Amino acid sequence: MADTLTKAAPATQRTGANPEPAPAPTVIADGVDIVYRVHGTGTSGRGAATAALGRILRRRKGGGDGTERGVRTVHAVRNISFTAYRGEAIGLIGTNGSGKSTLLKAVAGLLPVERGHIYTDGQPSLLGVNAALMNDLTGERNVHLGGLAMGMPREQVRERYQEIVDFSGINDKGDFISLPMRTYSSGMAARLRFSIGSAKDHDVLLIDEALATGDRSFQKRSEARIRALRERAGTVFLVSHNNKSIRDTCDRVLWLERGELRMDGPTAEVMREYERFTSA
Amino acid sequence: MDPAALAARHGLTVSGARPTLPAYVRQLWDRRHFITAFATAKLTAQYSQAKLGQLWQIMTPLLNAAVYYFVFGVLMNTKRGVPDYVPFLVTGVFVFTFTQQSVMAGTRAVSGSLGLVRALHFPRASLPLSYCLQQLQQLLFSLGALVVILLAFGVPPTLSWLLAIPALALQFTFNAGLALVMARLGSQTPDIAQLMPFVLRTWMYGSGVMWSIDAVLKDHHLPHAVTVLLEANPAAVYIDLMRFALIDSFGAGRLPAHVWAWAAGWALLAGVGGFIYFWKAEETYGRG
Repeated sequence: MADTLTKAAPATQRTGANPEPAPAPTVIADGVDIVYRVHGTGTSGRGAATAALGRILRRRKGGGDGTERGVRTVHAVRNISFTAYRGEAIGLIGTNGSGKSTLLKAVAGLLPVERGHIYTDGQPSLLGVNAALMNDLTGERNVHLGGLAMGMPREQVRERYQEIVDFSGINDKGDFISLPMRTYSSGMAARLRFSIGSAKDHDVLLIDEALATGDRSFQKRSEARIRALRERAGTVFLVSHNNKSIRDTCDRVLWLERGELRMDGPTAEVMREYERFTSA
Repeated sequence: MDPAALAARHGLTVSGARPTLPAYVRQLWDRRHFITAFATAKLTAQYSQAKLGQLWQIMTPLLNAAVYYFVFGVLMNTKRGVPDYVPFLVTGVFVFTFTQQSVMAGTRAVSGSLGLVRALHFPRASLPLSYCLQQLQQLLFSLGALVVILLAFGVPPTLSWLLAIPALALQFTFNAGLALVMARLGSQTPDIAQLMPFVLRTWMYGSGVMWSIDAVLKDHHLPHAVTVLLEANPAAVYIDLMRFALIDSFGAGRLPAHVWAWAAGWALLAGVGGFIYFWKAEETYGRG
C-alpha cells in the first residue's frame, strides 16, 4: 500500500476550515476486497465439461471453496478504504483495468465484496438505464420505461417527461421522440439515455464515463446537470479517462492502480501526480 | 473513528444486503408500474419489426392450434369419443402454452436480463413476474381467438364462461410461482434453459392436452397411483377447469374429484413457496 500518499479523509473536510458541524458521511468503504470468479477457464478442452458437471453437482450440495478446478480468480480491488461525505463530487481515476468500475459497482451493491464492508446512505445508483431500454420501442415509451425502471413513481415520470425530452434535444430536429429508438443515431440515443438516467434525484450517484457522449454543447449541458444533481442531493462519483471533465466536475479524486488506492486527496494535487505517472 | 461505528452513528447500511420478506413485498409493490410497463413493452416489441405487426398476437396461437389439430385430430385421429374436439383441443393448447411459456420465460428471466440486473436496483422478482404477466396478456389475445373458434363450432356462450376468471387467476399464481423457482435455478445454472423444452414437452403429452384423461381412465384399468398422478397434475387441473368453464358438452362429470381444491392448493403452494425460494437468493442475482 502506498500509505505515504493516502489520506484518510479529504484535507478540506479535516482541517475544519468551514465552521459547519461535522459533515455527514454517505459512503464508507472499510478494507474492501473484490474478487471475480471466472468459470470455464479449464486448462484444456478435455475434461472441462466433466469439471463443469462436477461443479454443478457440488454446488447443489452447497460446496465451493473457491479453489475448484477450472475456476480462475481475479483480484480486482484490494483493501480500499475511504469515506465520502455529502456534497462531494469524487473522481475515480486510474489506468485501464485498475478496478474503478468494479469499485463503483460494489458501492452500488451490485457486486459482492470478498472482505471488508461498504456502508451507504440509502441506495446508491449507477447512472445508466441503457439495459432497461428497448430499441424497438419509441423514445417516448422508453422515457417512461426507463424512469419506472429506476424506481421513479409513475406521476413523477409524467411530470418530468417534457424536461427529459427537452434536455436530450431529441426533438430539436423534428419529432423523433415518437420514432423507435433503433432509428436514432448513436449520439441521439446516448443523449436520450443520459437524459433519462439523470432525471431522477439520487442520494449517491455513480457515473461511469457518461460525459463522453454527445457533441460539445451536449457535454457542457451534461456537466451542468452533474453539478445540479450534486447540489440537489448527496454525493457524486465519476469514473472518467477525461482529465478535463474530472477537473471540471470533481473536488476530490481517488486514484486506483492495480486495484489499490494509490492516492486520495484534492483534485489538483492528485491529478498533478497522476499526469506525471501516466506521461512517464 | 472506527468505520463500522461511524456508519452506525449516521444510519448507513451495508450496500446490497437482502431485505426482509415484508420489506421485499413492499418494494415489489412499489415497482408494480414498472412490472406492468416492462411486460407490455416486451409484448409490443416482440412483433414490432413484422409487417403484420400486432396481428401476430392472434395469428400465432391460431396457427399453433391448426397444427395440433392437423397432427392429432386428422393424422392420428385422437378425436374419437371426444365431443367438440376442436374447442377441446384448442382450449388445452392455449392453457398449457400459458404455463409452458411462463416457465420458459421464467427460466431465462434473470439469466437473460443480466445487463439490467447489473445496472439497476429493483427487487429481482419483478423480472419473472413481469414475464408471467406478458404471458397472461398473450393468453388474453389467445382467448379472444378461442371465443371466435368456440362460437364458430357452435358452442353456446353461457354464464359458466365466468368461471374462466377464477381458473385463470389460480393458474397465473401457479405459473408465477413456478417461474420464480425456475428463475433462481436458471440464474445459477443457465444450462437448465437448454433442458426445459424437453421437460415441458413431456409434461404436455402427459397432461391431456390433445387427449381426454377421463376417457382413458374409463377405458383402461390403470394402477391407482397413476390415476392420482394424472388427475392431480396441475397442468391437467387448470386445463380441465377451463374446458369445464367454456365448453358446454364438457360437464362436471368429466372433472376429477376435488378439482377446485387441487387448483387452489397448487396455486398456493407454488405461489408462496416460489416467492420465498426466489427471495432467499435475492442478493446473489447477477453477481459473480
